[in-house]
Amino acid sequence: MKADPSGVLTGSHFLDGDHACCEGALAAGCRFVAGYPITPSTEVVERFARRAPMVEKALFIQMEDELAASIAIQGAVWAGKKAMTVTSGPGFSLMMEHIGLAVMTESPCVFVDVQRGGPSTGLPTLPGQADMMQARWGSHGDYEIIAISPNSPQESFNLTIDAFNLSEQYRIPVMFMMDECVGHMMERVVIPPADKIEVTPRRYTKLPPGEYLPFKPGEDLVPDIFKAGDGYRLHVTGLTHDYRGYPAMNPEVQEQLVHRLVNKIRLNAPKIWRYEEINVADAEVVIISYGITSRVAIEAIDVARSKGIKVGMLRLIVVWPFPEPRIFELACQGKGMVVAEMNYGQIFYEVERTARGKVPVILAGHGGGTVHNIEDIVNKIEEAYRCRS
Amino acid sequence: MSVINELQKASLSPGPEFHPEKHPMDDFLRMDRMPHIWCSTCGIGVSVNCFAKALEKCGIPLDQVAVISGIGCSGRVAGYVKTDSFHTTHGRAIPFATGMKLANPKLKVVVFSGDGDIIAIGGNHFINAARRNIDITVICINNFNYAMTGGQMASTTPEGSVLSTSPFGSYEFPFNLPFLAESVGAVYVARWTSLHVYNQTNAMVEALQKPGFSFIEIIAPCPTIFERQQKMGDGLDRLRWYCDNSEIRNGASTKDADIRLRDKIVVGKFVDKDRPTYLQAMNAHYQERLGPKYKVYEG
Repeated sequence: MKADPSGVLTGSHFLDGDHACCEGALAAGCRFVAGYPITPSTEVVERFARRAPMVEKALFIQMEDELAASIAIQGAVWAGKKAMTVTSGPGFSLMMEHIGLAVMTESPCVFVDVQRGGPSTGLPTLPGQADMMQARWGSHGDYEIIAISPNSPQESFNLTIDAFNLSEQYRIPVMFMMDECVGHMMERVVIPPADKIEVTPRRYTKLPPGEYLPFKPGEDLVPDIFKAGDGYRLHVTGLTHDYRGYPAMNPEVQEQLVHRLVNKIRLNAPKIWRYEEINVADAEVVIISYGITSRVAIEAIDVARSKGIKVGMLRLIVVWPFPEPRIFELACQGKGMVVAEMNYGQIFYEVERTARGKVPVILAGHGGGTVHNIEDIVNKIEEAYRCRS
Repeated sequence: MSVINELQKASLSPGPEFHPEKHPMDDFLRMDRMPHIWCSTCGIGVSVNCFAKALEKCGIPLDQVAVISGIGCSGRVAGYVKTDSFHTTHGRAIPFATGMKLANPKLKVVVFSGDGDIIAIGGNHFINAARRNIDITVICINNFNYAMTGGQMASTTPEGSVLSTSPFGSYEFPFNLPFLAESVGAVYVARWTSLHVYNQTNAMVEALQKPGFSFIEIIAPCPTIFERQQKMGDGLDRLRWYCDNSEIRNGASTKDADIRLRDKIVVGKFVDKDRPTYLQAMNAHYQERLGPKYKVYEG
């Protein structure tokens, strides 16, 4: 369906990634944000706090901590709102338990993490890309997740809408993994008219109370949802539960439920994967990157090409689920790989695993706090090129 | 066939209008989930019964009620009541309820959970929801210990109580919940024991009808752990003890509502005052500050 125009600020704007993310959420139909201030993500909630009073049915609440913010949105979701919370590393750590709850109860919502340098308090005002594995595995137990990484304010707007749409489609919390640079970088952001924005509606059940089983999946492995107050009088729990939503403490139900939660993303992954390829066809070395680092990598490609090395890039837009078949395909074509990211190896290990030893995979990483030096990436490209030959 | 199976059968099969075999709580409880997990003479079931009666007395349609629980013995309440119900994470029932109530103010949102859940791990949420005057009712079953995990000391455990993590007696100063609730702005505060079923029910009726953050503490026996460990007998002995040692003092100062292991327990309605709820305050403030630009929030 088309976006509700009341939240769409159609026009050409000069916005940073944080503000663009807020506008993306409003355009996607998000009408409930619970947040807790933390640099460098605060601008998202500041903008929502300012916008909400003038948008129909929108509400912002600043909660007492990230634990509260990350579960208040789930209360709002089960009362019928599209909802989001926003944080950075330390707050993201606190939210992990509720990401697990949202996975288990299949609550569609969006978690924004504007990454800064870590561990711990780290570098509050400077960039990092070291929460990528936390986004994948941070909550306890076994599950699959969707994570998206924008590399510009325009993409922050566009992909926030996609994050909401994917969360509704698959009934899953979607991790929106920005970094401080994209969050604070100001660029032109074009917001189209509402009727040009596709929004996925919540998949409410059409069955009447009595017939509807809240956790019985459809063909795509995703169950239809209900909301509180509609007369279904059903139970939702973080315990392992059967189709009725009733707790069931046995390995059979655990297998049925957790395997489905994993498979609903794994088996639908080809519909979720998204990446951009630049100059890959003739490339001998491919850079794999995401977020702000991909924009530095573009420059490194030009430098390396001027030195006679054919380099391309695969930019991950959806980072999780990971596009294993495409990476393996490129490895089989003998293209050396450089993974450029602001950490000491997170997506790098995924690429290395996926390449299965077919080609050299080299990390161009550092601890965060600033973007890469172009020369550092070029050096790694040369290294990959040499190793490949 | 056991009584429970009979009850289940009765609840599943449509019968004539007169149901001698039908349990009076059939409409309120998920009978297909019986038997419940609570121990014999535990106080939680008493409060669930009172809650059902209170909803009936208030005439609130069950379709419009959402019960939210955290984790623990009392956290299982949500699983048994036949309303929309949410069994959330440990300590976080109140912020979940906050989100739900603000998202749909027409819902009657009730948090039903235990002392460890609401006050210890969830204490920050408790004080902030009361401060904001979120329009929810919080029913806290206080059995003075973490019972689900086998009887550990809690932030409400009276000094001197022997529990598995206070094997030589607790020496920590426990919370006085009514005092805490009042000091952070709750508009309705009452305490009753599992013996006081009428008072408890009436308190729930008042709390459900009270706009704003209403709080009821229920002192409940945990015969399997707390009473046994303190050598206080079984649940029935404890009810007799409540009978002899409860002091009904409506309007008493909450400062005087401290609980000591073998002293009298002050019970009653302590606070019943009016203050704008979060949404009333928000709507009034924005209407004043923003005028017609403001889209009045109704959910």
